[in-house]
Amino acid sequence: MSLKLKALTKSIWVFHLAASPCNNCDIEILDALTPRFDLERFGIQLVGSIRHADAILVTGSMNRKSSEVLKRVIAQAPKPCFVIALGNCSCSTEMFGKSYNETRPLDSVVPVDAYIMGCPPKPEAMIQAVVALVQAKLAASKK
Amino acid sequence: MSILQAMGFLVVGFVIAAVVGMFAHWFDRKITARVQWRVGPPFFQPVYDFVKLLGKEVIVPEGASRFLFLSAPLLGLAAVTVVAAILIRTIIFPTQTFVGDLIVVVYLLTVPSQALILGAFASGNPLASLGGSREMKMILSYELPLILAILVPVIKAGETIRLGGIIEYQAVSRPIIASVSGAIAFLIMILVTQAKLTKVPFDAPEAETEIMGGAYIEYSGVTLGLFKLTQWMMAFVMPLFLIVLFLGGLNWRASWLNVVYGVVGYLVILLLMVLIRNTNPRLRIDQIIKFFWAIVTPFGVVAVILAFLGLRFRGL
Repeated sequence: MSLKLKALTKSIWVFHLAASPCNNCDIEILDALTPRFDLERFGIQLVGSIRHADAILVTGSMNRKSSEVLKRVIAQAPKPCFVIALGNCSCSTEMFGKSYNETRPLDSVVPVDAYIMGCPPKPEAMIQAVVALVQAKLAASKK
Repeated sequence: MSILQAMGFLVVGFVIAAVVGMFAHWFDRKITARVQWRVGPPFFQPVYDFVKLLGKEVIVPEGASRFLFLSAPLLGLAAVTVVAAILIRTIIFPTQTFVGDLIVVVYLLTVPSQALILGAFASGNPLASLGGSREMKMILSYELPLILAILVPVIKAGETIRLGGIIEYQAVSRPIIASVSGAIAFLIMILVTQAKLTKVPFDAPEAETEIMGGAYIEYSGVTLGLFKLTQWMMAFVMPLFLIVLFLGGLNWRASWLNVVYGVVGYLVILLLMVLIRNTNPRLRIDQIIKFFWAIVTPFGVVAVILAFLGLRFRGL
């Protein structure tokens, strides 16, 4: 079990799930994958299919339509798989909280493993969050 | 050869191909990273990836053909393991190979692609079947130049279809690549290898940004890991096949230096393929077919004609 988790933390394949974002966080995710930050150093790769995902980055505020789709997509991911709420919108709905289309934070739709605040968060913040998540999971497996 | 010996060669072939294939995958990613001015992944990254995939859940999509979907990765892995065993045995004992093993190798080398097509169509995903149909068109386009390029060593070695015979010819004469027709055939084989490994510019079947991994889209966990391992092992087997056909095998009996030459030759072929991958954009499937049928195949015909002429005039 511990070997599996150790390998998982060394090779995190990220699936980027955009649930009606304003595109700002998405651009910052792509920024984190550029040569300047080079996430491949840690084995982190962006994948195109949810079936290959180890971590799902969710951006945007869930509304009535996108939260149903989101639940279905996340249920299709192979376990073990982490869900990360990226940006103020998915953490707390930000300024769209009182919109007519019933926006809600991500953790009211699916269980969330890590929150990254910011509008948009910096690539450094994303890397720090992933490292913190990895350390927390490893520490939890040792207990 | 007893069954026990054959099993031994299969195990040795699998282990060597898997280890070297993982190294080849790391080499590919590291060189790509350096070209893009990045640091790149650590040395054991392919091992982490593979072990992680072994620990993940396997999902069979609703509406998929369960048996075909789960057995397709094993089919590809089995074929590439047998090829690795045959090639390694040929290099170690060139005199003990059977007649027609060249044809067996050529046949088995298409099986991983066919397994991918089967798995893609069995998954029932429209994007996967798009990837599968592209892979099928790719096989149709590169198989003819492949056969033409392989004919050159066959003609030069006195019309033998025994891999050991080709190695023996090169040991007493000179490597096939040191002639005009051999050099052309070698270049064709590099392009075909690129297409067989579905590397850029011939990666239309798995175009990540366009059809999301194509044929692999529904695969997860162990099945995806086996497909990846097959792909990495192909990155060992195909250059080894080129070394046997064109660079005269390793010829370790003559001198140990030849083994060093063989390793250097493998690394150079790998580097050439990585650099082609990094300096070219992805071609559309119709462009790939046009490229192989209209440009590469005529060169293959020319190489075969030159090889026949080379029987009379030295150097061609």
